Formats: sequence, C-alpha cells, structure tokens
Amino acid sequence: MEKDQLFQYLLRFGDNTLVLGHRVSEWCGHAPVLEEDIALANTALDLIGQTQMWLGLAGEVEGKGRSADDLAMLRDAWDFRNVLLVEQPNGDFGQTLMRQFLFDLWHDLVLTELQNSAEPRIAEIAEKASKEVRYHLERSRDTVIGLGDGTAESHARMQAALDLLYPFVGEMSAPDEIDLAAHEAGIGPDLAEIDQRYRAALSDLMGEATLTLPADSFAHKGGKSGARHSEHLGHILTQMQWLQRAYPGAVW
Amino acid sequence: MVIAKAPLADIWAWLDQVPDPEIPVISVVDLGIIRDVAYDGDTLVVAITPTYSGCPATSVIAIDIEAALRAKGVDDLRLETRISPAWTTDWLSDKGRAKLEAYGIAPPNPAGGPDRCPHCGGGDLERISQFGSTPCKAQWRCKSCLEPFDYFKCI
Ligand SMILES: [Zn+2]
Repeated sequence: MEKDQLFQYLLRFGDNTLVLGHRVSEWCGHAPVLEEDIALANTALDLIGQTQMWLGLAGEVEGKGRSADDLAMLRDAWDFRNVLLVEQPNGDFGQTLMRQFLFDLWHDLVLTELQNSAEPRIAEIAEKASKEVRYHLERSRDTVIGLGDGTAESHARMQAALDLLYPFVGEMSAPDEIDLAAHEAGIGPDLAEIDQRYRAALSDLMGEATLTLPADSFAHKGGKSGARHSEHLGHILTQMQWLQRAYPGAVW
Repeated sequence: MVIAKAPLADIWAWLDQVPDPEIPVISVVDLGIIRDVAYDGDTLVVAITPTYSGCPATSVIAIDIEAALRAKGVDDLRLETRISPAWTTDWLSDKGRAKLEAYGIAPPNPAGGPDRCPHCGGGDLERISQFGSTPCKAQWRCKSCLEPFDYFKCI
C-alpha cells in the first residue's frame, strides 16, 4: 500500500470518529433526560479520544509533522474523508440514535477485523476502540429497538429516521481503490464481506424494532473519497474549527 | 555526586500513593493503568495505559505521576503511553475494588452489572443508564434502599 493511500485510509477512520463525535457533542445540555445527556456526552468523548489515536497515526504516516490537532482543526472540507452518514444533522433524538446505530454496527464489524491488521499500530488502536464501540452499539441497538417497537409516535419517528438515513448506509461498505489496496496488503478488511454481515444484522434488528428497510438501495457516495461532501460538513467545521481559525495556535 | 537510582519497589509504593483524580479513594496503581516501571539506563520509564481513549483524566494522571516522582527526587523520568493490551477492569487491584465499594461505587463484575448495592448490600437492582459521571461508570439504583449509585463498568 502506498504511503499516501495509507494516510488517506487512516484519515477515514479518524474523520468518521471526529465528525460523529462533534455531532453527538452538539447534544450536550439538550438531551431529553439527564441520563441520555450523559450517555451522549460520554459517547462523543470516546469518539474524540479515538480520533486522537487515528489522526495521530495518520500524521506520523504522512511524515510532514502534522499532529492530530493540526489535521482536525486546520483542514478544509474537501480534505475530510469521513462517510456522509456521520455528517448528517442530529434531527430529533430518535434520528440521532438511528444514525449512531447504523454507524456503530459497521464500526464494530470493521474494528473487530482491524485487530488482525498487518499494520500493528492499526491493530492496537482497533483493539482499544473496539471495546468502547461494542458498548456504544449495545446502547444504540437497545434504544432503536425500544423506540421502534414503542409508541405510535416513537415508531413513526424511527421509521422516518431510517428512511432518511438509509441512503447513506451503502457508502460505508462500498470498497474503492483505497479500501481494496488496504485489503490486499492485509491491513484492512474485505468490505464486501463486511457488507454481507452488516446487512444480515441490520435486517434482523430492524425486524426486532418493527421497522421496514427501504426497498431502494440507492447509496449517496463521495464522503470517504472527499469528492462530494454534503453541505452539512462545512457548517460543522465553522463551529468546530472556529477557535483555531480565529486565534491560530491557541493552546489551553 | 551520584544519586542512587531508587529501587523499583519504592517507585511502585510511591505510585500507589498517587490518587485517581476522579475517584480519589483508589490509586493509579489500584486502577491498573501503570503497566510497567523500569530503568532505561539512568532514565526511569513509567508505562501508562489510558482507561478510555477520550478520558480527560488521562493527562491529569500523567502530570500527577510526574509531580509525585519528582517530589521523591526522581529527575530523570520518561512517561510512555501504551495502548495495547487494552486496559481492562480485570486489572483493578483487590484493594482497589474493596475501596471502591466502601466509597459507594459498585466494583466491576463480569456478569455485566453490580453484585450488590454498595450502600445496603441489597441485591434487587436496576440500571438507570449505561453511562455515568465519568467514562468508566454507569448509573444503577437499589430497589431495597432506593439509593442510586455508580457502578464501575466492566470492560
Ligand atoms: Zn441499597
């Protein structure tokens, strides 16, 4: 695998956790009950912690002296490599937890495989992150089932969330040149195989949640390649990067 | 003047007096995050593993460890972060587990939930939230004494 490809590959993991971590942190102080507020804040914290490891390694691989902070705070939207799903707005609580579940399920499958990566530093990060993500998945899965198979109101909202977010699912497991190179080098998993397991698990769980998967499998793409982010990413960055842009180099 | 290197047993004993900043009844050694203490030439190397990757206490812990060892005269010191093998609550010391419970925090349990209420010892318990006041804890409640309590998540 070429050095630049490995750098891009690492940015995908780090940008997924960074952007989703930021999104989830937007709930801080706004969740429907205190326990959920704390749960969301803790989930965001884990994701930001994982970002430090992924982007830290990405910066090392790149070899231009950029730190995790430099990569997070000083790149513009077109240099981000997260999937489109994680930059979608929070919507209501159900939509946030549906987005979380759709990502957690994929994240958990991938991190489990990455623990056998031929690149030992990737395997180490995956081992650490996997424990946290398993816990996130347990919660998002239970919540999606609880709200899906809940009241008429919660069911309708969860179905609407699924209909809205399902077109962003396909990008995660659609392998491109970089994913294939990573798999060939023994560094990353076979995404086609991940996709089969993901869809089987998703279909089982949606059954439990009494929700219906949309028939149309159209997938929006362009996030992890950086070719076409949604309009939401720029807005996230204006908030997330504001301090470093206004006061370059500011530290605590 | 040559200052003798402090014996490793002393280093461990000093580290065992450094409290966890968020749960000060247990030490960083009780928490199981000190993975190794060794000399590299004249440099003392302390390997630390984070509990959760985003835990804000991690950097405070590193500062506290450095300050405690310097206060004991250890000047040639290097702290290293080690993420693999990943931290597990199996590494909590028995002493630490007992102190947690006495403090009102139920210690981790492989069954996935607390054994008994840390206040009254009752066994009729319910989970309030999978998360709690710090990344390492969840919130539970005792249905006998009706008190809520923290449970140290088992990972
Ligand atoms: Zn009790």
